[in-house]
Amino acid sequence: MVVSGRSVQQEGQEQARTAGLLILLFLLGGGVVISLMVGAKPLSAATVWNALTAFDGSYDHTAVQEARVPRTILSLVVGGALGLSGALIQAFTRNPLADPGILGVNAGAAFAVAAGIGLFSVSTISGYMWFAFGGALLATVAVYIISGGAGRMSPAPVQITLAGVALGAVLSGITAVFRMMNSEAFSAMLEWSVGSLARRSLSDLVPVLPFILVGVVLTLALSPALNAVALGDDRAASMGVNIQRTRLISLLGVTLLAGGATAIAGPIGFIGLMVPHSVRWVTGPDQRWIFVYSIVAAPLLLLVSDIIGRVLMPPAEIPVGIITAFLGAPVLIVLIRRKKASGL
Amino acid sequence: MVASLVMCGVIVGIATLSLMAGTMQVSVADVLRALNGQAEGIIHTVVVEWRLPRAIAAIVFGAGLGVSGAIFQSLTKNPLGSPDIIGFSSGSYTGALLVLLGTGSISFIAVASGAIVGGIGTAILVYVLAFRGGSKGFRLIIVGIAISAMLSSVNSILLLRGEAGAAFTAAAWGIGSLNEVSREQVTPASIMVIVIIATAMLQSRPLREMELGDDTARAHGVSVEKSRILLMATAVALTAIPTAVMGPATFVALAAPQMAKRVAGASRSLFPAAAMGALLLLGADFIAQRLIRGTILPVGAVTLSLGGLYLVWLLFMQARRKPL
Repeated sequence: MVVSGRSVQQEGQEQARTAGLLILLFLLGGGVVISLMVGAKPLSAATVWNALTAFDGSYDHTAVQEARVPRTILSLVVGGALGLSGALIQAFTRNPLADPGILGVNAGAAFAVAAGIGLFSVSTISGYMWFAFGGALLATVAVYIISGGAGRMSPAPVQITLAGVALGAVLSGITAVFRMMNSEAFSAMLEWSVGSLARRSLSDLVPVLPFILVGVVLTLALSPALNAVALGDDRAASMGVNIQRTRLISLLGVTLLAGGATAIAGPIGFIGLMVPHSVRWVTGPDQRWIFVYSIVAAPLLLLVSDIIGRVLMPPAEIPVGIITAFLGAPVLIVLIRRKKASGL
Repeated sequence: MVASLVMCGVIVGIATLSLMAGTMQVSVADVLRALNGQAEGIIHTVVVEWRLPRAIAAIVFGAGLGVSGAIFQSLTKNPLGSPDIIGFSSGSYTGALLVLLGTGSISFIAVASGAIVGGIGTAILVYVLAFRGGSKGFRLIIVGIAISAMLSSVNSILLLRGEAGAAFTAAAWGIGSLNEVSREQVTPASIMVIVIIATAMLQSRPLREMELGDDTARAHGVSVEKSRILLMATAVALTAIPTAVMGPATFVALAAPQMAKRVAGASRSLFPAAAMGALLLLGADFIAQRLIRGTILPVGAVTLSLGGLYLVWLLFMQARRKPL
């Protein structure tokens, strides 16, 4: 009786998860439609539909095809990558406060891009990309080594967070110096460094997309191992999980996802923190569900943030990175003020 | 004691060098005569009017930052609990930016007031938000990160919306620099900092007692909450005044107390932290003026890189020593 009772409960949870996922997908669809309609000039749903199906070359139709469609697609990709990278970092560091921003990954990417602009006169988004990747990779590895991750034991969450904060502070400071020494780089960097989805085209996405996709595949493939790691290194090892390999692949995944997203949009904080945290309330501790939910919920959050940024101060736009900081920082404060940060 | 004396000796040495060396070389004898008021003409101008205020600013402000950091670290019982980390710098930067770009005023008093109000406001906000039956170090840091993230966003908006030239000037303030510091600013600011350092030194006994835990301190007759607020105010002022004059010189407050502890051993006094702070800022400014020929780097750039590297090294060694 007890056994069948549990299975009924599990089935109920399974149904709740599936229903929640469908609701999220529905909301995401709504977000996409609104994102196409809202902007410097609001357009009706009919106009948007015509622009997509019967393009007539008018100003409105061009705005939809040239600006809003690419921007919306970018939001979906960047949001998904950020959300998933946050979930992955939180899983493998067993640190519920981990986020590409907090762990210095964004700062590493920004530092490398600033170096690229300042030292090698890089000026295109696709040019930024390689630097952003390199910087993200270096920062991730450096934080992990500084906090003692190269040892046999997993480093404590506090250690990783502190190392990320310290390295992030150093790198963003040096980035500021780079900017000061070159006023052209200053303007170019300033816009990139707040994190924005404006003025990007789909061709900027093409070179980055394969890396993000590989990151997604790696992460999803890793979820059973990460479920075991959540029980502790010893238990995971006894279940046949290769801890070192799991960590290495996780690092690679975080770099591909966060680095790719940052390369396109600049550093956007807190999405990777908020989304996995919130979805865990619905999904429970199973990483597979957390990952899938994050991939859907994070683009939704990023889209909504971007829409808010477009309508808040017309005709000017507020870059999405600023909106997410304002949404995410209070969440972080609430989380840290709770007695125990939500466990994994 | 010996270590403190050695640090003072090195400070005097570097200070003398920085009075002598530069585009115009001045001999030791001429420096001494200029300091005694016996030199005239160009030597007097260069040594007393130009180089001396800069050296004094570096020494006094560095000492202030060092003491400020030592107090913050003792109160939060956390080596990372420095004004840089808990959002003071971003807050004072926001305050200064609002004045620079919002009102278009470039008057020193206006910008300095903006910086002080912004910094103190942020520090209070972070402290209050992190307070929950006592403020734990880790929580303080995380709240500081969150608030800093919001403030940097505000700073970016201000810079993006500001006119390009003004924005560049304002951004330059974001990295501490002694390049534009004048004698009229240094004199009152230095006097204030010295007085407040003296006040802080008188509070060092309750500070040490509180390091051992609030209960122990209470048992030894320290009124904990009162001392904490007094010390907090002192520490904030010691960061605020130098920041108002030169902009944020990042990591001096963070690194100085810990390096002092390494060099002078655990000390009950705040003097080693003050000496180390002075040494760091003076040395960093000496390097900043000479590192790249033809350019004077902002001193904040040097303190940031050196202090940051030190911090990373510190964490690395800590992690290796006790793998948690």
